[in-house]
Amino acid sequence: MEEHPWLAGQQRVTFSRVGVVEPASIADYEAHGGWAGLTRALTLTPAEVVAEGTESGLRGRGGAGFPAGVKWQTVLDTPADQKFVVCNADEGDSGTFADRMVLEGDPFTLIEGMLIAAYAVGATEGYVYLRSEYPHAVAALRRAVDVAYTHGYLGRHVRGSDLSFDLHVRVGAGAYICGEESSMLESLEGKRGEVRVKPPIPAVSGLFARPTVVNNVLTLCTVPMVLADGGAAYAALGTGRSRGTQVFQLAGNVARGGIVELAFGVTLGELVEGYAGGTRSGRPVRAVQVGGPLGAYLPPERFDLPMDYEAFAEAGAMVGHGGVVVFDDSVDMAAMARFAMEFCAAESCGKCTPCRIGSVRGVETLDRIIAGQAVDANLVLLEDLCETMTKGSLCAMGGLTPMPVRSALRHFPEDFSGPPAPEGAVR
Amino acid sequence: MTTSDTGPTAGPAAERAALVRAVAEQHVDARGPLLPILHDLTEDLGHLEAEDLALVADVLNVSRAEVHGVVSFYHDFRTTPPAEHRVVLCRGEACQAVGAQELYELTRERRAELGRDVEVEQVFCLGNCALGPSGTVDGRLHGRLDASALTRLTAGWRR
Ligand SMILES: Cc1cc2nc3c(=O)[nH]c(=O)nc-3n(C[C@H](O)[C@H](O)[C@H](O)COP(=O)(O)O)c2cc1C
Ligand code: SF4
Ligand code: FES
Repeated sequence: MEEHPWLAGQQRVTFSRVGVVEPASIADYEAHGGWAGLTRALTLTPAEVVAEGTESGLRGRGGAGFPAGVKWQTVLDTPADQKFVVCNADEGDSGTFADRMVLEGDPFTLIEGMLIAAYAVGATEGYVYLRSEYPHAVAALRRAVDVAYTHGYLGRHVRGSDLSFDLHVRVGAGAYICGEESSMLESLEGKRGEVRVKPPIPAVSGLFARPTVVNNVLTLCTVPMVLADGGAAYAALGTGRSRGTQVFQLAGNVARGGIVELAFGVTLGELVEGYAGGTRSGRPVRAVQVGGPLGAYLPPERFDLPMDYEAFAEAGAMVGHGGVVVFDDSVDMAAMARFAMEFCAAESCGKCTPCRIGSVRGVETLDRIIAGQAVDANLVLLEDLCETMTKGSLCAMGGLTPMPVRSALRHFPEDFSGPPAPEGAVR
Repeated sequence: MTTSDTGPTAGPAAERAALVRAVAEQHVDARGPLLPILHDLTEDLGHLEAEDLALVADVLNVSRAEVHGVVSFYHDFRTTPPAEHRVVLCRGEACQAVGAQELYELTRERRAELGRDVEVEQVFCLGNCALGPSGTVDGRLHGRLDASALTRLTAGWRR
């Protein structure tokens, strides 16, 4: 495996043990550097552990890129009778599968990451919210949790320390919106997954109104490496304010799909043309969607973009959870824009009007554009809808659905001129 | 296992009620027990009936409306019996990039050809996005699906 050039070029930190260790073996985990982060963390004060997290520059890998250390500091500073650590393993974004791979391939790393987070903020109980579409990941993680309890890594006085931590694995129920953190907390409480109005933020009042760390699987699975080698070592990788590595997921119409872990700063083109080897169909790449269903579509002209949170934001795009979905020249971008609206209509939690109604209107408007009815007027209407959804939605579901729509319009306007006029017809 | 001492005392309805109550009571002390209960019941019973939900509400001491509201929110919980066989096809963008939309439409059209009692449903991403089009056939994940692969995978349904 190591000799494979595709693998050799990678910088595996978060994924250093995936595919290397036997997922269910705690002895194998220990033999490959497991628990080193926790062991060191327990020699530090909670505030020092938070400081390591901040120094590492680690930002949330779930999509928003919020600095993990800052979030942890808020939870540490908020007094409460109980605090929680919740792992977001809902991984609903199409084109992403890194959470699944680490859960199946190296589940003890997540347990270790959650233990460190719990110690840092003073939490005693944790939940992993794992989507029901991943039954193998659920089984692998549950097995690992049982083993960890047996070996004294979970429960009262973890390995004889002052840290006590119980961990529960909960399964989602097929709702994309439950990946949004406040919707996920509602779901964990046994309610409809409706998004909460912020403030308060979960770090202050989260699960059962207690201060709660909510972090993505990849964020938490990077924490053991950060603590084992120190925040500075992790921060030495990357570019600008995007420190460390990202686990990119190459998907869609690619010759070589899969995960590639690299320091931030690698360009989109290097990922698509280099690592992914272009399209599976052999046809030219026409569009790449980065960052899941709410992410922008980019044309090959933007292959120079470095994978970097700020550079992507400036380009009207987002890195998100690191999914890179490749389309060849047979793609119809008006159909993809319509799908973005359809997806939002199907998965909206229904709490606010711009998202719930706007997305349905978006589908109808795109249907008219695609059918060639009053195209110019409907394009104006579509832009108005996008503006309303962006500005008026309560969460990023409705707020970011315009991103794929607008980027498709901006980069591929030729796909939005309606059907080709029949021979001799006047338009 | 605790059983109920109310409601019908014999027959399949009573057995079902006893099972529902037992499952609910098994989780009642957990925090936020409703989703785990509904998952377990769906696994055991295939779908949830109004009487099941009333019993769950009773055990958890919440209103029936609250339980119904939760059931209706999530795709995984159903109130009608499932078909004998089930094909679920991914319509996520990565699978659409390799023809999933056409496959989904075609499969829905020829649903009756696959077997006598077959459902064809959509899902948005199964985490198998490098090997699309992806789908599950009676719960088993498959990648690189096309019409002929689906015909092959469902051959046993037509015997
Ligand atoms: C519609 C929507 C869906 C989301 N889905 C996920 C998801 O599947 N997994 C995830 O980790 N974060 C998801 N997020 C982001 C979470 O709300 C939250 O920012 C994240 O879990 C925080 O963890 P992090 O800071 O480690 O990224 C989603 C956000 C929105 C608005
Ligand atoms: S934007 Fe959509 S998903 Fe988010 S709160 Fe509003 S209705 Fe719910
Ligand atoms: S988009 Fe189909 S499996 Fe992910």
